Amino acid sequence: MTIVFWILAALTVAGGLAAVTLRNTVHCALAVTAAFAGLALLFLQLDAQFAGFAQILVYIGAVAILVVFAILLTRESETTEHAVFSRTWLAGLCIAAGVFAVLGWAVLRSANAIPQQATAPVVAVKDIGNALMSRYVLPLEIVALLLTAAMVGAVVVAMHEKGDTK
Amino acid sequence: MVNTLDQIFVLLQHWIVGLLPAVLQPFAGVLLNVVAIIATFPALFAISVLLERKGLGRMQNRIGPNRVGPFGILQPVADGIKSLTKEDVVPFRADAIVHFMAPVVLVVIVFMGYAVLPMGRNMTLVHMDGALLFYFAMGACTELSVFMAGWASRNKYSLLGAMRAVAQMISYEVPLLLSSVTVVMITGSLSLDRIVEAQNQYTWGLPHWYIFTPWGLLAFLMFAIAATAETNRSPFDLPEGESELVAGYFTEYSGFKFAEFFLGEYVGMLSISGLGATLFLGGWSAPLEVLNFVPSWVWFFSKVMLSICVMIWLRGTLPRLRQDQLMNFAWKFVLPMTLLNLGVAALWRFMDGGWLRWVVCSAIVLGTYVLVGRSEMRRRHYGPRSYRYAE
Repeated sequence: MTIVFWILAALTVAGGLAAVTLRNTVHCALAVTAAFAGLALLFLQLDAQFAGFAQILVYIGAVAILVVFAILLTRESETTEHAVFSRTWLAGLCIAAGVFAVLGWAVLRSANAIPQQATAPVVAVKDIGNALMSRYVLPLEIVALLLTAAMVGAVVVAMHEKGDTK
Repeated sequence: MVNTLDQIFVLLQHWIVGLLPAVLQPFAGVLLNVVAIIATFPALFAISVLLERKGLGRMQNRIGPNRVGPFGILQPVADGIKSLTKEDVVPFRADAIVHFMAPVVLVVIVFMGYAVLPMGRNMTLVHMDGALLFYFAMGACTELSVFMAGWASRNKYSLLGAMRAVAQMISYEVPLLLSSVTVVMITGSLSLDRIVEAQNQYTWGLPHWYIFTPWGLLAFLMFAIAATAETNRSPFDLPEGESELVAGYFTEYSGFKFAEFFLGEYVGMLSISGLGATLFLGGWSAPLEVLNFVPSWVWFFSKVMLSICVMIWLRGTLPRLRQDQLMNFAWKFVLPMTLLNLGVAALWRFMDGGWLRWVVCSAIVLGTYVLVGRSEMRRRHYGPRSYRYAE
């Protein structure tokens, strides 16, 4: 629990809070990006280089841009007049608290399940690649299939109907 | 003597750090390196802007800037003073905070990429295992700052420019990454230091640079195309097409903020040239074994400046692409070629050395280039262009 951790945690939480409380949707998207950046820095602080860089590359480089594009292309990006809280905020809060409790419980339990090591293991990017291509090749392929299906679906949705003029 | 000259910056840094008390030393060492990077690349930026204005002027039968100093070489100084003293205009309806943050984010992110570039023997700021991944992660963030600039200006030209820029940068990021992956496949490491070391070998006095292999040449060409598009340089400068969009996403920026965008663009060019030189042109290694007495950093910076000259030359030569041409080129030509190149690089890796793999790999690369190029040419419709207007 160093001071760096607290700064990063504050940045992440502030980004997340701003994302749900700001009125302008594009500001919300930018605040989410700040939260993503904070998470990536937390990964880096834990010496998880690959996870940190992948977080930046995928979430800031792609997901944030997609979110922003979706906001701009679908609806008015102007500030909303009505209140930012929807009517189901209580249900949403309960679900979020429930998910957080389950995740927290799982993380706290995992400390006992895994044997304690004296020193932190050094994981090179190469080891992660080897693990992905040997032990975890089935999950990798399933994810690849899922992504391909999503991409084909997107193309089908965007395709012109037969007989439809361009 | 040769060795001292090669390591002169490293020795200088050690000497300066040695003067300080021991408590400050680790911090001072890092700070000194960062200051060196932040001082060097804006200086190169000034040189390349001058080079561009003079060179482009000559290519267009003009003289170029020649008023400030002898032969106009002090022009960048005049430009700098001008942009510093100009009024900073922020549009009334603009989103002031995001408008302010966009150029700052761009400049910070662009400079981050230099942290992992090996600029000479032992001259890397951070020795990272996943250096290439870090570089691309930083490169992906520039899109966000471009979007922020375009959106916060509340100007239709800015927003259109930003949308174009982001679409273009996303499209060309895929081939940029895929063409670099071949180098990682052959080297077996994401560390840029290791990639340079793998190329710093000589046979009969000739270097083992990756550009001198069939897959490397193809990957380098695709990388160069994608890098030009990624930095929004001509012929891919649609996002700032002045005849359509005034200046694209930085239309509403003036004074020092405009200078920051300008700096970001050129420093980004220098940085991606440095990455290209590191991946394919052997980084800081000398082009011939006999030239090894020249300091390594001289080679790195001359390769970077050579790439900049080629980019200026391209800008003076090629006309701007149309939006549909830009997208077709990325997805129908560059992307298939880089995907194929992955296979060629794998073949190269697993075939035994010798002339056979040269013949096979070159045949595949050349054959596909001709086939894909021909089919693209045939499919192009040369008819009257149809225009669609917004209702």
